[in-house]
Amino acid sequence: MWLWFYKLASPPYAYAIAARWRPWLLWSALILMVISAYGGLVLAPPDYQQKDAFRIMYVHVPSATLSLSVYVIMAVAAGIGLIWRIKLAHAVAAACAPIGAWFTVLALATGSIWGRPMWGTWWEWDPRLTSELIQLFLYLGYMALRSSFDDTQRADRAGAILAIVGVVNVPIVKYSVVWWNSLHQGPSISKLGAPSIASPMLWPLLLMMLAFMLYFAAVLCDRVRAEILRRERNASWLASVAAGT
Amino acid sequence: MEPGLLQIVMLVVARELRLAVRHWDQVVQPLIFFVVVTTLFPLAISPSLSELRNIAPGVVWVAAMLASLLSLESLFRPDVEDGTMEQWALSGQPLALLLLAKTVTHWLLTGLPLVMMAPWMGTALGLPVSVWPVLAGSLALGTATLSILGAIGAALTVAVRRGSVLLALLVLPLEMPVLIFGARAVDLATHGEAVAGPLNLLAAMLLLCLALGPFAMSAAMRVSME
Repeated sequence: MWLWFYKLASPPYAYAIAARWRPWLLWSALILMVISAYGGLVLAPPDYQQKDAFRIMYVHVPSATLSLSVYVIMAVAAGIGLIWRIKLAHAVAAACAPIGAWFTVLALATGSIWGRPMWGTWWEWDPRLTSELIQLFLYLGYMALRSSFDDTQRADRAGAILAIVGVVNVPIVKYSVVWWNSLHQGPSISKLGAPSIASPMLWPLLLMMLAFMLYFAAVLCDRVRAEILRRERNASWLASVAAGT
Repeated sequence: MEPGLLQIVMLVVARELRLAVRHWDQVVQPLIFFVVVTTLFPLAISPSLSELRNIAPGVVWVAAMLASLLSLESLFRPDVEDGTMEQWALSGQPLALLLLAKTVTHWLLTGLPLVMMAPWMGTALGLPVSVWPVLAGSLALGTATLSILGAIGAALTVAVRRGSVLLALLVLPLEMPVLIFGARAVDLATHGEAVAGPLNLLAAMLLLCLALGPFAMSAAMRVSME
């Protein structure tokens, strides 16, 4: 039963698998994005309160969701790499970090653009915004630590420890920030507006989330392949792959 | 005869205290830094106590956090450079325990003086005397947590040349919850409200760090010494 797992951990196999999956993931992501963008931007009715401004939600919410879940994926991959000493898992963790950081930047930027007409300010020290910003700092710290080691294996293991400590901290950061502001500020503006969201607005959002996840997987395939190329640059199997194509 | 674990901890603590007495300037410097940073705020914002009183909890906490960060640089580096840490790792004794003992001593030498000094700085910024116990208590719980979190970061970056900026970048985001609850407890106390909630959470974070932190420290240290 574990055979596929060990097989997947071998770089040549993973390199080939990632190449095979990538177009499927990318194309399904793009098609779903077009469908849900049409659903969100054209079919969905304007919000009774926010008018058309709420439509930025279709970029904002998926990227905010992914900014958190990519960090968890990264920490799980790093943990697998640390415990079972699988180099490929470390490569996956290393590949996750920049993608997650960009999703975080995207969530912050779209949130800021959304906040300008809705709250009248580009930036508000709201718990959600602040915890998202701290999330970005965690990604940046992880990448800074990795880049400070010349030796890839040491960077892998040091980064893995940081990622795991960081993931323990993610819920603490999230809740501490929520608690921190609850003293001064009244009920904060809920991101989804009304208590429940109408279905013509909801289905494009869910579809867009799926599209973002598929897109993440496609980009991850690319980045993992690049990591494998960099790490295995002296391996003989790579020479035969290069000669074959 | 094999020394017991408690005996080893006492040996480490005694060694650290002896070293600190011989290099007492390294113990005093973070304290001076703490006072200097706190002095910057009245200069930058306003000398009026009524204004300073509002920001005093945050100012004292941020200054304490930075002072604790500053002292981390010297936590493991000398021992790694002169080979002591390697001997510890090879000694067959639990490295996590040795590092924890070292961190606890480090807190006694840097955290505890900060805790004792903070009420004076708080008073200088206009905090009422009634807040002293909460300020000192929150800082005692908080700086201990900061020491453990910081020790994990210090162990990770000890092999990196010029690692101090990197250390700050790694450790500060992890330390933010401590800052939030610590400053909040003091803020609540200045308004005469109940402070048990944030103090309990600070204590919970300290216990969590005490339980899991040493293992992260020793894993990080082993990576750094490869």
